[in-house]
Amino acid sequence: MSKELIISKIRNGIVIDHIPAGRALVILKILRLTGTEGRIALVMNVDSGKLGRKDIIKIEGKNLSQDELNMIAIIAPTATVNIVSEYEVKQKFKVELPTKIRNIIKCKNPKCITNKAREPVVPSFTVIKENPATLKCDYCGTYNSLRDVESQLVMKQ
Amino acid sequence: MGNWHGRDVISALEWGRGDLMDLFQEAQEMEKHAKSILHILDGKVMGVAFFEPSTRTRLSFETAMLRLGGRFIELGGAEASSLAKGENLADTVRMLDSYSNIIVIRHELEGAAKFAAEVADSPVINAGDGAQNHPTQAMLDVYTMWREFGRIDGLSIGLLGDLRYARVINSLIQLLSLFNVKIYLVSPPSLRPRNELMDFINERGIRYAYAEDLNEVIGDLDVIYVVRIQKERIPDPIEYEKVKGSFKLTIDALRNARNELIILHPLPRIDEVDFAVDYTRHARYFRQAALGVPLRMALIKLVLGGVE
Repeated sequence: MSKELIISKIRNGIVIDHIPAGRALVILKILRLTGTEGRIALVMNVDSGKLGRKDIIKIEGKNLSQDELNMIAIIAPTATVNIVSEYEVKQKFKVELPTKIRNIIKCKNPKCITNKAREPVVPSFTVIKENPATLKCDYCGTYNSLRDVESQLVMKQ
Repeated sequence: MGNWHGRDVISALEWGRGDLMDLFQEAQEMEKHAKSILHILDGKVMGVAFFEPSTRTRLSFETAMLRLGGRFIELGGAEASSLAKGENLADTVRMLDSYSNIIVIRHELEGAAKFAAEVADSPVINAGDGAQNHPTQAMLDVYTMWREFGRIDGLSIGLLGDLRYARVINSLIQLLSLFNVKIYLVSPPSLRPRNELMDFINERGIRYAYAEDLNEVIGDLDVIYVVRIQKERIPDPIEYEKVKGSFKLTIDALRNARNELIILHPLPRIDEVDFAVDYTRHARYFRQAALGVPLRMALIKLVLGGVE
C-alpha cells in the first residue's frame, strides 16, 4: 500500500502549489477561506524537489482576482497556480509580484500620510525585493518587510 | 533652466548635478538682490501652508517671494483656519491651489508634500515632511559648501548628531550623492541612519565611514554638519535622555581641525554647538541661514519660470 497522502482531484477551481512550507494557512486567511465555502484540500510540509518541503492548497470553485494573486505573490513568492476545469489543468503559471502594489496593504509607518484618516490617498509601494518580499512605501519611503505585510494581511480578514 | 520650470520639489532625488548647478548660479545672482526688490514675479502669489513650526524656512521662503516682487498668503495656525473645524489636507491644498501660483508646504506626516503635489496643479515645494525630506534645506547646505569652497567634489563631510530622525540628513545625503565626496557619519549607534538611507548610500557607492567620536575624524574634515538631537522625533524618552548632549561641538573639539574647516548647522540649535564656537573662523551657520533667501529666490524663480 502506498504511503503517500492521497487527495482527490478537483473538478473546477484552482490548485496553489509550491507554497513555502508552513504558509498555506496564511494564504487561506488572506483568501478569506474559513472552511465553510466548499471542498478545500490542504497539504502541508510534503516533499518537494524544488523547495525541500512545500504546502499545497486545492480549492473547488474558486477564481483568483489580481489582488489575490498579488497577495499570494507577497506571502509565497515561489507559488504556482493551476487553473482546473473539468478535472484538467487548463492553465499553469508562477505567481509574479508586480513592480508596484497599490491599495491592498497599508504602510506600517504611523506617520505616513497614507495612514491619515479622511484623506483621498491610495497606499502605493515599490517592490524592491521579491523573496522575501520587501515593499518600499512610495509616500514615506519606509520599508515594509514580509513580516509587517503578513501580519497585516492576516489581521485584515 | 527648463528642468525646473513648473515642477514640484518634493525630494532631493529628483534633481541632477546640472540642475543643481543651474540653481546655484541663479542663487549667486540673487545674492546681489538680497536687500532689494526684483520685479520678476509681480502679480504672483505663493500659498504658504506650515502645519509644523518653522522660523527660518518659512521666513526665508516668504522673504524670497517678496524680494522677487511676488506676494504670499499664509494659512494661519491650526486654531485660526478651517483645520480647526477638521478639514482634511486634500481640501486645504485644493483651496490654496486655486488661490495661488505656487504652494510651499511643511507637514508632520511623511509623504504629505508628495500627496499635496498630486492634489494640486500648481507646483508644490516641500519645506519638510515628517522625518523624511527637506530638499530645499539640503540645496541650501550644498550651496553654502559650494560658495565656500568653489566645489563639492573632493570634500570630506562629517555629519554629526541625530542622523536617524533628522529629515535634512536624508535630503543632504541624496544631494551629496551627485558628487564625489566622503561622508563621516558621527553619531551614537542608536542614531545612525535608517536602513533605507544606508541602502541608498551603498547603492550609490558613496564613500562613508562611521564614527562615534568627532575627535577620531575631525582632522580629515572640510565640513562639519551638525544636527540637533530632536526630541520630537525620538519616540522613546529614555533614549532621548541618553543621547542628548552627548554630541556637543565645543572649541576644545576644534583643536585638531583643519584651518579651512567650516561648521554648518540648519538651525535652530539648542546646545549642540557651543556659543563660543560662533566666534571661531570655522563658524558658517549664520551665513548658511542668510543664503537661504537668495537660494529660495532662485528656486522660486526657476520653478515659476521668471524672466530667463
